Amino acid sequence: MNLPTSFLGWVSLIWENYSGMFLYGTQITLVIAITGTILGSLIGFVVGIVQGIPVESGSSMLRKVVVKLLNIIVNIYVEIFRGTPMMVQAVVVFYGSMQVFDLDMPPLAAGILVLSLNTGAYFAESVRGAITGIDPGQTEGAKAIGMTHFQTMLYVIIPQAFRTLIPQIGNAFVSAIKDTSVLNVITVSELYFAGRTACGVYFRYFETYFIIALIYLILTFVMSRLLKFLERKMDGSRNYELLEEGEV
Amino acid sequence: MSAELEKNESAQEMTETLRVEHLGKSFGSHEVLKDIDFRVNKGEVISIIGASGSGKSTLLRCINMLEEPSAGKIYYRGEPLQNTPKKVSSYRAKVGMVFQSFNLFANMTALKNCMIGVEKVKKQSAQEAEELALKYLKKVGMGAYVKARPHQLSGGQRQRVAIARALAMKPDILLFDEPTSALDPEMVGEVLEVIKQLAREGLTMVIVTHEMAFAKEVTSRVVFMDKGVIEEEGTPDVIFEHPKSERTKEFLGRFMNR
Repeated sequence: MNLPTSFLGWVSLIWENYSGMFLYGTQITLVIAITGTILGSLIGFVVGIVQGIPVESGSSMLRKVVVKLLNIIVNIYVEIFRGTPMMVQAVVVFYGSMQVFDLDMPPLAAGILVLSLNTGAYFAESVRGAITGIDPGQTEGAKAIGMTHFQTMLYVIIPQAFRTLIPQIGNAFVSAIKDTSVLNVITVSELYFAGRTACGVYFRYFETYFIIALIYLILTFVMSRLLKFLERKMDGSRNYELLEEGEV
Repeated sequence: MSAELEKNESAQEMTETLRVEHLGKSFGSHEVLKDIDFRVNKGEVISIIGASGSGKSTLLRCINMLEEPSAGKIYYRGEPLQNTPKKVSSYRAKVGMVFQSFNLFANMTALKNCMIGVEKVKKQSAQEAEELALKYLKKVGMGAYVKARPHQLSGGQRQRVAIARALAMKPDILLFDEPTSALDPEMVGEVLEVIKQLAREGLTMVIVTHEMAFAKEVTSRVVFMDKGVIEEEGTPDVIFEHPKSERTKEFLGRFMNR
């Protein structure tokens, strides 16, 4: 068998032999990144909201204790997941769950869990920032018609915070696509892992990872464009219709 | 039953809606309100006047518990208000507030702004909420703008929507915190006109304002505040024409000579 001599020759040979594996790896990467970002954003919102629960002097003792306790828990969570590398978290969660809880988690599930928790820890800060960045008048307007803190959050603050957070969810998603690569340490067969396998035969690291890099780039590029589009959609029409007085 | 009804009716003149006793408010060591006693009867339209920093807005915000008073008690229909989040929320649902900076919900249309409280706080159906919202938007002359979002409206229009939002809750009393101070001069009139209309209909209102002509014309009682205390109060005629306090005279003098 004649082996190629040029860079492009190698690239096309590797693509011919391993495209199926690469595309499967791409799928896995996308599945992890999408579920991880969605779950991570949810976690981030929950943490951000918990951190924002007010304790008023009129609140009951029980409420004060519960809020305090919740805050301690979420703060510990955020510290741990922001303070350690995701690769290490993956190993600890995957092997730890096996050893300590006797839980045989599939690598994919462990990968999604780790990415979600990691994304959530970072996103929580953004959520808190977005919430505090909203004009306090919005909260006062809501309070003044008798809304509870929870209702104010649900109907007024979160929808507005969400709008400002879309670009950050996009960023989190783009990061997640790239971060999935570290999950190869717990044998998740994502895109990077596919590349490692493909290198096993010809040892052409440069050409193989050139292809892998291109796939990552295409994924992140398409995603960031899609998010831009979504952002514009969310702003809605700049116009509004005037109704005739008789119509209403 | 009917005798009781009659009695209520005759007592209506002096039915107390709201009262604060010995109300105080400090921000740190800065005492903004000192031992305020203030009472609002049903149907009264009260204006609170005074220089900037005299505590008028803080008094209003304390009445609605947006600022927690440092001292004193609030009575609503004779009952002392308990300071638990739940009690305070349901109290606020009956005590409406209109802000200087409108505070309309930026993520909702004018209609939705007026519906949300009826729907979520008073738990009425969406249909009832929409009917009420439309009714009051039309009342303030904003019926054509139901689909507009706050940022698409002028200041005067926003304030009228904010008034409609407060009215849709059918409040027992409506508090206005300098409702025209953030408006361009040509829009002040349209908002004051709405408030005048409400006054004619007998809605109980407390209005913090710098519009002296308006206070004189519309309100039944004028409260002059100075340095965190109620310096003088009385009918517009007493306050504007025959003030007793030197401070009141001085304040009004500065205003009238402008």
